[in-house]
Amino acid sequence: MIRIFNLFFIIFFLLSAKAYSLIEIDITRGNLDPLPIAVSPLFQDDSSKRNSINEIKIENVGSEISLVVENNLKISGLFNPLNKEAFLQKPDIAHLKPRFEDWALIKAQALITGKVTIEDKKLKVEFRLWDILAGREMMALAFTTVPSNWRRVGHIISDKVYERLTGEKGYFDTRIIYVSEEGPKTARVKKLAIMDQDGFNTKYLTLGNELVLTPRFNPTSQMVTYLSYFKNLPRVYLLDIETGTQEVVGDFPGMTFAPRFSPDGKKIIMSFAKDGNSDIYTMDLENRIVERITNHPSIDTSPSYSPDNRFITFNSDRSGFQQIYVMKSDGSNVKRISFGKGLYGTPVWSPRGDLIAFTKLHKGKFYIGVMRTDGSGERLLTENYYQEAPSWSPNGRVLIFYRETKSNDKGEGFSAKLWSIDLTGYNERQVQTETDASDPSWSSLLSN
Amino acid sequence: MNFSKSFRNTFLVILLSLIVSACATKKTTTTVEGQMQGDVYTGTDTVKYLADGVPDRVFFATNESILTTKSRDTLRKQANWLRENSSINVVVEGHADERGTREYNLALGERRANAAKDYLITYGISADRISVISYGKERPVDSGSNPLSWSKNRRSVTVKAN
Repeated sequence: MIRIFNLFFIIFFLLSAKAYSLIEIDITRGNLDPLPIAVSPLFQDDSSKRNSINEIKIENVGSEISLVVENNLKISGLFNPLNKEAFLQKPDIAHLKPRFEDWALIKAQALITGKVTIEDKKLKVEFRLWDILAGREMMALAFTTVPSNWRRVGHIISDKVYERLTGEKGYFDTRIIYVSEEGPKTARVKKLAIMDQDGFNTKYLTLGNELVLTPRFNPTSQMVTYLSYFKNLPRVYLLDIETGTQEVVGDFPGMTFAPRFSPDGKKIIMSFAKDGNSDIYTMDLENRIVERITNHPSIDTSPSYSPDNRFITFNSDRSGFQQIYVMKSDGSNVKRISFGKGLYGTPVWSPRGDLIAFTKLHKGKFYIGVMRTDGSGERLLTENYYQEAPSWSPNGRVLIFYRETKSNDKGEGFSAKLWSIDLTGYNERQVQTETDASDPSWSSLLSN
Repeated sequence: MNFSKSFRNTFLVILLSLIVSACATKKTTTTVEGQMQGDVYTGTDTVKYLADGVPDRVFFATNESILTTKSRDTLRKQANWLRENSSINVVVEGHADERGTREYNLALGERRANAAKDYLITYGISADRISVISYGKERPVDSGSNPLSWSKNRRSVTVKAN
């Protein structure tokens, strides 16, 4: 009798526990069964709609914000936003108290509702996340900003939802800096460009008069470092995106290239080439002190710091071929970590610290892969004719890189595009850009 | 003497191009073989001339910056010409093909340009007359994606700076 009661109790407990933890997404493995989520248009009343037209020339900004959220969740590969036409409940009523049965009927497991008002040149947004099966509210937030920031509001909501349901920070309120490319291969025009992570709000930061390459974000500020051939002197530059001011980094009597910020944003690490030999140097951005980190007759390039600033991974051909190495940040204890078949380049330390992403060239194919920081556990995520230069999303879950297509003997058919892929190797997709694009670099989260 | 030599060279070039074009009509692969030794380009398709009989560029094997016998011959001609034209300074541009990561290729281009520069210095040209610049894979001369195109792009080019 007691035993039966116990069994009953256990079953009840399991069921309720299941109901409680139903909406939780495991992002550590490939998610082939994305979570069905309903993103109800954020409700906006008529007077607010009139203000909205005056302020930002958009009538139903609430609806537009929900589309931003929906698109973000969809491209993450972890969510399956449901068709709005199937929604039975009106946005304003759903926001107050959803009829969970109605939403369960269309197989939604989570629901986002909200309300926007535009008054006195301010955009006020509140939203709620609901667990349909448990029939309860999971999160409620409100914030106020300037109306022109409405897309960012959508990104911030997406980040909050992602974080609540996966347990990890999102990556939607971020930007990508990259090199925009136009023209024939033999006379390519390249410009620095910046856009929101979802491909909107593209801005060009240079005019294309000189060749520019490899822009990288400072993880702690709105600064960018990149290589420019201004006056035919290839040098590393520092650019403040907000003010547009730029300056050469250091005073080197030769080419400096492959720049990257240290994770604390205080140093730039880069290669300096002299007399046919490239070594790694750092420059402190506060006191401008330059330090030489490697001193070897081979090519040492593509340096990237570990998130705790204690180690540096870099690319060297000191073994005879391009391989990946790790050393202490003072240049001591150099160890080769790549030992697989083929050539390895562009190592980038994950912001989580546990992995290094890289490009691999083997038997005429290019791969984007990851390995642990001691070189073990190599995993190739994607194979293609040509692709390289992975950059991590700030939460270390997604990589963005560029891919080029093969041209025919006349040089036709060439293109360069940005692509992203999850660390799991799933969810590979092209990132839309206005022009051809290469050398992407992902910013930190803009908010918080 | 000089005249007869250049005449003979011209004759050889014509003869060679006849052979090459004869091959081309047969089979495209033969053309490729005729224009490459190992994977170093040996043809004249994209070559320009600093002066009569002085080619402006030399070619490299994949991932290499070693000068071939033919490259050294070309660079000696450049050195002779630079000695005779002592008011001219040059820039040696280093280039790589598209089949490598961008940053490594910038370093490789710099290494190739310096290999050519060092050879010119060995043949008596003052270092301050020669500057180098690497373009990595940014400035191909041939936009095809095939071994022959890539071999034309793995090059250093000596360009007049004034």
